[in-house]
Amino acid sequence: MSKILDWVDARFPLSNFVKHELTDYPTPRNLSYWWGFGFLAGFVLVIQLVTGIFLAMHYKADSSLAFDSVQHIMREVDYGWLLRYLHSTGASAFFIVIYTHMARTLYYGSYRRPRELLWWTGQLLLLLMMATAFMGYLLPWGQMSYWGATVITNLFSAAPVIGDQIVIWLRGGFSVDDPTLTRFFSLHYLLPFLISAAVIIHLVALHTVRSSNPSGLNLADKDNIPFHPYYTIKDLFGLGIFLLAYFAIVFFKPDLFIDVANNVPANPMQTPADIVPEWYFLPFYAILRSVPNLGGGVVAMAVSVVIFAAMPYLDRSRITGGARYRPIYRVLFYFFMIDILVLGYVGAHPPADLMKLMGEIATGIYFLTFLLLPFVSRWEEKILLKGGRLPAAVVEMANKEIEAQHG
Amino acid sequence: MCKDHTKQADASRRDFLETLTATVAGGGIIAACVPFVDSMEPSADVLEKATVEVDISKIALGQEKTIAWQGKPVFVVHRTPEVITEMEASRGGKDPESDKKRVQHPEWLVVVGICTHLGCVPNKTAQGWFCPCHGSVYDNSGRILSGPAPKNLLLPPYHFVEENKILIGKKS
Repeated sequence: MSKILDWVDARFPLSNFVKHELTDYPTPRNLSYWWGFGFLAGFVLVIQLVTGIFLAMHYKADSSLAFDSVQHIMREVDYGWLLRYLHSTGASAFFIVIYTHMARTLYYGSYRRPRELLWWTGQLLLLLMMATAFMGYLLPWGQMSYWGATVITNLFSAAPVIGDQIVIWLRGGFSVDDPTLTRFFSLHYLLPFLISAAVIIHLVALHTVRSSNPSGLNLADKDNIPFHPYYTIKDLFGLGIFLLAYFAIVFFKPDLFIDVANNVPANPMQTPADIVPEWYFLPFYAILRSVPNLGGGVVAMAVSVVIFAAMPYLDRSRITGGARYRPIYRVLFYFFMIDILVLGYVGAHPPADLMKLMGEIATGIYFLTFLLLPFVSRWEEKILLKGGRLPAAVVEMANKEIEAQHG
Repeated sequence: MCKDHTKQADASRRDFLETLTATVAGGGIIAACVPFVDSMEPSADVLEKATVEVDISKIALGQEKTIAWQGKPVFVVHRTPEVITEMEASRGGKDPESDKKRVQHPEWLVVVGICTHLGCVPNKTAQGWFCPCHGSVYDNSGRILSGPAPKNLLLPPYHFVEENKILIGKKS
């Protein structure tokens, strides 16, 4: 065995790679379970890839066959129901894991220098993931699939001058139809491989700047421990908890994330009474609806997704550890989380009077939070550095950061 | 002196060749993209189904019929005299337009049944239409009254082939 390994190592740095990037990879010793969601996201990506590839062996991307082929998978294919429910539940699980991963980054300020690129590659992954989820949702060819795709492709009609041409080009017809379905299937199969490539880039960036930690301090060598066995075990334990919840849904409530209207085949002549996107798009959908004009709504929605990329610059505080040492930022963080939940609630309901008002207010708060952050973070920093209640190491690092910026 | 001159000429020749190569390669890459991008446009058989003929004699007074045209719903409404008077007296909401400009015969309203906001199909109400997606309200001339939709319901190109027959998809 070792002879074979020697042979490989002389030609390819296998042992070295495993040692540097996995077994001996230095990891902060104070990581909490909140740091385990990146690994979980990778795991769910594998679930989605494997179940997706096997589903594609039975699925038919043809508008006259698609809906029935999903029923065929559910009823006649051996374990087809399992593959499909693993995949449909996996989509939601993916977003739960990724949103938690992002919330941790926001809470602990992990996006700060020098991890901007790590954060941005994560943003790219989110966009790819959203596109993949959106296109995958058309494939069952149910009413919600059809009308979701209609509404979202129509967003591009807001583009000046050639908007309508872009929509026809995207759909390959005058409405969402067979050409749209086949191209969405093609791209839904392609994008996960682009995601896998982007994950590798994300990991290369991570291993260059190393993991952040709850204190936000640059740890001394003695405060790092090898990834294996400490974090392989910790991640596996987290995976166990995750799988308990995931399989509870797959086996006991598999239709939880499937809109009932999607059990009706797509009908271009009849819009369902309430069009609701998948839960993971609800807050952004609420923002889209809260702006009274189409172009403005589309811009607001797009900005609401990509604005997170600006966090390293909007958060001007030099105090490490994010919300952990910054009470005002912590309040903002929780307030923002509640605001997102409100937006999600609004997005799930018809745009009646009160709901409309709530959506408008929550949309205002959403953007106001980002707008105020540069000022609030500086003001908070001033108070905290004067207050003298921060740990000495945090003050020291903050002063170093301030010096580095001035020097 | 003479040598230097040659060197410089060589350098500028090389620069020229580099620019030329980059330009041709860039142009080639763009040209190579064209067939791929264009392949996503509606195909010939999709364009083929561009028109549809409708027999309107069976649509009773006050009734609406939904016709599939290019995969999109088209509302053909047989309007009552009361509705016509009412519509001719108003100019709609944020996209004001006279009713006369929107019909060829006042008793027949033909509009594309797609909300100008995000493309849902509005449902018929007594007042006109209501879009279930984002709450846009249209009147019986298909004009936007309230809600997020920016424009009135679009008018498809159509003409009367006979007294009781219209062809949707062509102006004349």
